Amino acid sequence: MDLIADHISHRFGALDVLDDVSFTVRAGEVVAIVGPSGCGKSTLLQILGGLLRPGKGAAELRGAAPAGSLNPLTFVFQDFALLPWNTVEENVAFPLLHTGLSAGERAAVIDDALRRTGLTDFASAYPKQLSGGMRQRVGIARALAVRPAILLMDEPLSALDSQTRELLMEDFVRLLADGTMGAVYVTHNLEEAVRLADRVLVLSRRPGRIREIVTIPMTRAERGAADARGQLAELQGELWSLIRKEAIDAEREVQHA
Amino acid sequence: MLDRATPETEAQPTDAPRPVEFRGAGFAPGGSRYSGWVALALVIAIWQLAGSAGWVNPLFLPAPSAIAVAIYKLATSGALWQHLSWSIMRIGSGWFIGTIAGVIVGFAIGLSTMARGVGITFISALFPIPKIALLPLLILWLGIGEEPKIATIALGVFFSTAISVYSGVDAVPRNLIRMAQSFNVPFHAIVRRVIWPGALPSILAGFRITASVALLLVVSAEMIGAQYGIGAFVLQAGNLMQTDQLLAGVVILSLFGLAVGKLINLLEARLLHWR
Repeated sequence: MDLIADHISHRFGALDVLDDVSFTVRAGEVVAIVGPSGCGKSTLLQILGGLLRPGKGAAELRGAAPAGSLNPLTFVFQDFALLPWNTVEENVAFPLLHTGLSAGERAAVIDDALRRTGLTDFASAYPKQLSGGMRQRVGIARALAVRPAILLMDEPLSALDSQTRELLMEDFVRLLADGTMGAVYVTHNLEEAVRLADRVLVLSRRPGRIREIVTIPMTRAERGAADARGQLAELQGELWSLIRKEAIDAEREVQHA
Repeated sequence: MLDRATPETEAQPTDAPRPVEFRGAGFAPGGSRYSGWVALALVIAIWQLAGSAGWVNPLFLPAPSAIAVAIYKLATSGALWQHLSWSIMRIGSGWFIGTIAGVIVGFAIGLSTMARGVGITFISALFPIPKIALLPLLILWLGIGEEPKIATIALGVFFSTAISVYSGVDAVPRNLIRMAQSFNVPFHAIVRRVIWPGALPSILAGFRITASVALLLVVSAEMIGAQYGIGAFVLQAGNLMQTDQLLAGVVILSLFGLAVGKLINLLEARLLHWR
């Protein structure tokens, strides 16, 4: 299943946020979206996921969802968005309650999602009892439970410390390894973008336009090798050179606002 | 005067380690399990002493022992239960009706643009009216029986409940609602599984307020027009200068308020254990 951004523009009141953004996320592909603060990355993700109606243009899906997918476009949120009154297991079960699955099927799906994210032993814990990294794992388990075609991830690691970020990045690489699930990954972190994405979409400062689409010329498996680090750092530098001036301008704009 | 070098004999040893001054004390009041009870016992003891020693005229302030005796006599004669049961019936009915209506209207205001536009205008206009002032009008409309008293309590409870419910609905984090929508969870399930539990802390805090409002209104209403009820009993005792009985009624009201508060604490502990 492909996800298409078709000439999307959007404004909040008098503020132009996105201007004529078009691209396609092909089935199983991971596209990272980077750009200076306030360039409309998260707004674009909300439009792609159907949580915000665009001013102009449209978000479209092409092709059939994979068999058994209960929610083809599934978000993983920056602030985890867990229900604090529910246990880990109940949070993972939440999106399944109205899908028509039998109780037995639901239990199997939940067990599988908890196992894949290493949460089996924490099934009866409440979110407040978990660390930030474990909470985000619950968010990921909840997303996996509905077998998405495309994960929409809005800075999923930005609220976490660097060690937890590294561990979860490894989890993402593992979960996306078989290419059955695509992702749109919004991030400020260029290192995350080059580690995870097949293509990196660079947005200009507000109103966000596509400035460049950079293809990462190696598989995710190859990026783990020690000799790939130099090339990844080079790519990161290239991305930074595209963003740096606009990031400075955007920061000044925010301070003067 | 120019800076002057300190004579060597008076020099302070600057390289000797010294403890960093602690500056983080205070601003963290903690609860003490017994201090409140000790203070209460102390006040009662002083009050008793003042009564027993004849420092205070018992007509104006009877000793705690006299109040305890009055409560005991009321309990054994059956008068206490008679008055209390009427008050509980009025509070229970009024609170229940007001709460149900308040929860429904509060949710409507919290979830619907149209209901918000209309509801907030009416609530803002009517909430400040002291509800006891409406009792004569309600007597005209509903007759002299129990209905106007119950309606007065229900009105008082309704407005506070509606406000606490829609404030609670407004306070539910929007990201949780967006999360549920992103999974195509239907509207009724979002209300039941996200908005209701998210608003519950505010709703229960509202219950605490409405319980006091109901108590205040039942006493006022019973003082205006009732034969039985704690409010009526307190008024009769005051008219007859039976201050021990009057204060017995006040103590019973206080105990009733405490019991309701305890019940709400239990509800909170059970329903909000996740906090």
